[in-house]
Amino acid sequence: MTDLLWLVIALPLAGAVINILFGKRIGEPIAGWLGFGLVAVSWLIAVPGTVAFMGGEAHAETVYLFSWIPIVGADFAILWDPLSSVMTMVVTGVGALIHLYSIGYMHGDERYPRFFAFLNLFIASMMILVLAANYAVMFIGWELVGLSSYLLISFWFTKPSAAAAGKKAFIVNRIGDWGFLVALMIIFASFGTFDFHAIFAAAPTAITVGTATAITLLLFVGATGKSAQIPLYIWLPDAMEGPTPVSALIHAATMVTAGVFMIARSAVLFEMAPVSGAVVAVVGTLTALVAALIAIAQTDIKKVLAYSTISQLGYMVLAVGVGAYTAGVFHLATHAFFKALLFLGAGSVIHAMANEQEMTKMGGLRKKMPITFITMGAAWLAISGVFPLSGFWSKDEILAATFDKGGAFLVLWVIGLLVALLTAFYMTRLFVMTFLGEPRWDDGVHPHESPYTMTIPLMVLGVFTVTAGLVNTPARLAFEHFLHPSFETIQHEMHLSDGMILALAVLALSIAIAGIAWGWRSYNVEELPAEDGPFWERALAAFGVDDFYGKVIVAPGKAASDWSAETMDPKVIDGAAHGIGHGVTAFGALLARFQGGQVRGYAGGLAVAGVLLIVVFLAVGGGF
Amino acid sequence: MAETIVFIIFAAVALVGAVGMVAASNPVYSAMGLLATMFAVAVMYVALDAHFIAAVQVIIYAGAVMTLFLFVIMLIGVDTSDAYGTQVPAQRISTAVVAVGFFASLALAGRAAWITGSSTFGTPNLNGTVEAVADELFGTWTIIFLSTVMLLTIAALGTIALAYYREAPAEEVAE
Amino acid sequence: MTVTITWYLLLAAGLFSIGVAGVLIRRNALVMFMSIELMLNAVNLTFVAVSKELGLIEGQVAALFVMVVAAAEVTIGLAIIVAVFRTRASANVDELAEMKG
Repeated sequence: MTDLLWLVIALPLAGAVINILFGKRIGEPIAGWLGFGLVAVSWLIAVPGTVAFMGGEAHAETVYLFSWIPIVGADFAILWDPLSSVMTMVVTGVGALIHLYSIGYMHGDERYPRFFAFLNLFIASMMILVLAANYAVMFIGWELVGLSSYLLISFWFTKPSAAAAGKKAFIVNRIGDWGFLVALMIIFASFGTFDFHAIFAAAPTAITVGTATAITLLLFVGATGKSAQIPLYIWLPDAMEGPTPVSALIHAATMVTAGVFMIARSAVLFEMAPVSGAVVAVVGTLTALVAALIAIAQTDIKKVLAYSTISQLGYMVLAVGVGAYTAGVFHLATHAFFKALLFLGAGSVIHAMANEQEMTKMGGLRKKMPITFITMGAAWLAISGVFPLSGFWSKDEILAATFDKGGAFLVLWVIGLLVALLTAFYMTRLFVMTFLGEPRWDDGVHPHESPYTMTIPLMVLGVFTVTAGLVNTPARLAFEHFLHPSFETIQHEMHLSDGMILALAVLALSIAIAGIAWGWRSYNVEELPAEDGPFWERALAAFGVDDFYGKVIVAPGKAASDWSAETMDPKVIDGAAHGIGHGVTAFGALLARFQGGQVRGYAGGLAVAGVLLIVVFLAVGGGF
Repeated sequence: MAETIVFIIFAAVALVGAVGMVAASNPVYSAMGLLATMFAVAVMYVALDAHFIAAVQVIIYAGAVMTLFLFVIMLIGVDTSDAYGTQVPAQRISTAVVAVGFFASLALAGRAAWITGSSTFGTPNLNGTVEAVADELFGTWTIIFLSTVMLLTIAALGTIALAYYREAPAEEVAE
Repeated sequence: MTVTITWYLLLAAGLFSIGVAGVLIRRNALVMFMSIELMLNAVNLTFVAVSKELGLIEGQVAALFVMVVAAAEVTIGLAIIVAVFRTRASANVDELAEMKG
């Protein structure tokens, strides 16, 4: 079955090409069904390969496709192991559902086929990233998902804010890519190849801890760009300018997890550098905390979800930072389900409310949109960490692993608990403000349930949200065993007793319920509480980070640009070019004075020159 | 002895002819002076055992070239007015300087060793007959000879083209 | 006193210098052209004299070539002068100063 794996990349890519070239002729809605169908087939192709790993007998395989730069060990090869199979299932599965959702959501848009072309391009790029067998091909996928993200964020490019958001995402990502590239250079200098197998086999003996720390820290810089951690998270809230399915797919479920995936893939290198692991864990925790604080104050439903994504990514980064790679990937998968569900549900609400995104103008939607209400309710409970939904299991495992690491990491564990509390609080706030209470709609808004193309994905995701956690309960660590072959060389046994695990789980659950209750009590009231005061204002403005970057980084850059354009270019460069022209003209004018036009003048010149030449010849030849 | 006398007489003729050519205001007189110089040079060639060249000099130079010159002088018109016209004195002085300079440097060049070394001058050893020149011409210098043939042909064609050249009629330009 | 080659060379140098003076002094195009012919004759004389001196025939061959080329040059040159005269009615080279600068 693995020889068909190349189709997982090729089919969405073909869909992108077809929709770009012939989209207008295919038209809506066939373009949409084509996109959906190709991604669904990709998912189906990947299923047998994944099932083969479940039995525990199949081994990781490298499927060689074609050679690219053999001299650096960069061939186009697919590495099919449990880790990539999980990612493939998540990306193509959730991706297919979002394609289906978009068929209804993007109805009536004049660039409908283009949208599906870009979505397919994204799936293909993400697959290249996930299935890569060496760093070079992974980097190609990395860049391509950045490109797809740009194309999709600025899909409605006639809106200036959307175009600016696309640019911001791409540029901030690029800064992270700088770190990735330098890491790749060091990797090549140390190992002479980019191939994963070769690198991870040679790593413990080939490089020092210092080199490994350098490589991993730089790789993490790349991950902060892609996975929106401090300090490069600023692009993600702006990316909400894109259509909601884009937010669901790229900025919740898949692209932003590429950083976490990359760290998990490079686990061998991170294990060699505990300092990097600590840095990663601290950054992740801080990001989770700051993002949660900002999310509390947001009133735009998509912005709340965006900051929530940043916060949950912080959890995943914390997990891989403390070495709990399985827990990180587990949370990645469950988060994909419930966050995609939340975004799609929000899209459904926005669609029904005639593009209204402010929660202060919503309320009381539970009667008008029952399916959305129930599915989003499931996602709300999952993200808050309520037993037995998926979020509970994955978040609990991360916190347990952090607690297990002990020492200074206990501080991170406490912050993690605090973030769980805040998460439950702001998600409850979102849910209550949107669906419960009395309607606060504008006049002329008539909410209604969405068409089946939009509600079916919601329901499917709802099922996964509820059940997915059960694959990795402490009693039956099926997921961890599934992923074990990918992390074979890194053994991390948990040293907690069963009783301790239970106590931690109960603690997490009670915090979740406390958060929900707090939110419920505050917001399920007649009149929404006034959210003013210094904390609220600062949090609403995301603590002014964007302004700070603007002053410190963007403004000097812009000043340098302006100086170049106004002074350097016209005066120095143009001046030099014109100066050369003037110089040549002046010299020519000087020479032209010899040309009097008088024939006898020319003859005279010739005669004088002739005499001189004869004299010179005589002098040289010794004739005097 | 005879040679010396011949040389002195005809050198004088050549110089007088040359100076006359330069000094005469009437172009026809200039042409006459040049003609005299050419005849004198032809005699020199004979004295130098270059019989064939002497014949060619008379036939071509004195016979064809000078005749052509005279035709053109008659065609263009004999214009004796302001032959020297507005000449700045500095021009005459500088011309004199240049001419003297040429003479001096050429005279010095003539003292080169390869000239004043072993000399076969004075001995009639050189065969300047037609056969000798032809042997050399059609032997070693064939290609150059043929090139000069081409040159002459092209010159003739060019002259015919120039002769037929007419400026564009004024009516066309006015439109 | 026998005639040595130096005599001939001096004569040729003299004729050449007179030719140069003629080119520089005279304004009539035809006389200038004739001065150039004089210079060519001087060169021919040099060639033949040195040929006699060294005992080689190549000098005379060279002189022959010079004559041929001079004949061709005269043909074309005079045709040009005639063409110029047709448009300007003057053979005064000082008036042909249009290629100035």
